[in-house]
Amino acid sequence: MFQKLTTLKESPSQTAGPYVHIGATPNWVEITGVWDEDLGLVLVGPDTKGERIIVKGRVFDGSGNVIKDALIEIWQADADGLYNSPEEKRGKADPNFVGWGRQPTDGTTGEYRFETIKPGRVPYKDGRLMAPHITVWVVARGINIGLHTRLYFGDEEAANAECPVLARIEHKFRLPTLIAARSEENGMPTYTFDIRLQGENETVFFDI
Amino acid sequence: MSDQGSYYQRDRSWHPAALTPQYKTSVLRSPQYPLLSLDNTISEMTGPRFGHGTIGPLDNDLIRNFAKTGDAIGQRIIVYGRVLDENARPVPGALVELWQANAGGRYRHKKETYLAAIDPNFGGCGRAITDAEGRYWFRTIKPGAYPWPNGVNDWRPAHIHFSLFGHAFAQRLITQMYFEGDPMIWQCPIVSTISDKAAIDQLTAVLDRNATLPMDALAYKFDIVLRGRRSTMFENRMEGN
Repeated sequence: MFQKLTTLKESPSQTAGPYVHIGATPNWVEITGVWDEDLGLVLVGPDTKGERIIVKGRVFDGSGNVIKDALIEIWQADADGLYNSPEEKRGKADPNFVGWGRQPTDGTTGEYRFETIKPGRVPYKDGRLMAPHITVWVVARGINIGLHTRLYFGDEEAANAECPVLARIEHKFRLPTLIAARSEENGMPTYTFDIRLQGENETVFFDI
Repeated sequence: MSDQGSYYQRDRSWHPAALTPQYKTSVLRSPQYPLLSLDNTISEMTGPRFGHGTIGPLDNDLIRNFAKTGDAIGQRIIVYGRVLDENARPVPGALVELWQANAGGRYRHKKETYLAAIDPNFGGCGRAITDAEGRYWFRTIKPGAYPWPNGVNDWRPAHIHFSLFGHAFAQRLITQMYFEGDPMIWQCPIVSTISDKAAIDQLTAVLDRNATLPMDALAYKFDIVLRGRRSTMFENRMEGN
């Protein structure tokens, strides 16, 4: 008998199912009075530093249908490129910006929507700066393990061109699936980031 | 604490694959391209932290946290365990969220139409933050099995959904807990998205008579393992994992 490693195996993932909202956003499905407000709905307050932006989009399945029961989480740096996390050793992040958000896709339109700030640049492992980005995590019925992707900004062409992560995408025609186009909505810069789970223009997903 | 490196690569043969046709919804919701492998950057090695102030006194008590006229109906149980990492170290300060159907298998959700009755005193959501030893506990009702439109006569085993935040976004995990001895575990198309029996067993909580509250509630133990993290043992000093 060989020796055995003492490490444990990670608990295997299972789908979040169609009723993920009961646990993640109970008030949103009218389970009220259990906790005051759903976590992750609000990212910015009056004292948050940085440029206010809207991030929105929809999630599509392999037939082009809009998915209306997905849950989207985002994680991002503050305006100076610092994460509000005890694991952040480079400095102290903006105390008025948690950097994490969670939204369901709308049950009718399928749209998700965050009001947040545009993140600053953070370094890759070798010190080169990555382009500004938001980490996006998608779970839903039919998704057995959460999908990680990244939102990059369409108006950061120079930074995107030198981003060491984007440079790792071998098939360059897939790179635009990570770039959110900028528009204006009620005077707010708005970035649209649609996620295509399968098929034509399938979004790049990461094994991180 | 020594300088720490990235999280261990996920064993994606232990996790379910994306495409598992017996679970029909996965067919159109599974990527066809391979994932792009990316050793963690700081974007993945950081993550939100939730203080104990986030949690209210009844948040981990599903028998009482939605109660209107009395306690929820059904088998009273304690679900408890530890959140560990792959190095078998406790993960303190982890946010554990759970949700479930009531004793009859009915979810309180506006899109749910199963004919089993709603329990007016049961909401079905709970949350807790692990203590310094990684421990969490809930008091709830054992959920019922639940039919769903996959095959013509498919039923989910009794299960509780769990969502976990560790210390890094790379550890983010959603899974399901099953109950020891339930014969329905072995005929479920969602359970069988996991190919290794040992991995399914890892999601199966065991009855713990020693943790039972006599004349009150049975107890099930459910430990959860999140990804572990490398020590950079050769760059710094030989500390190991």
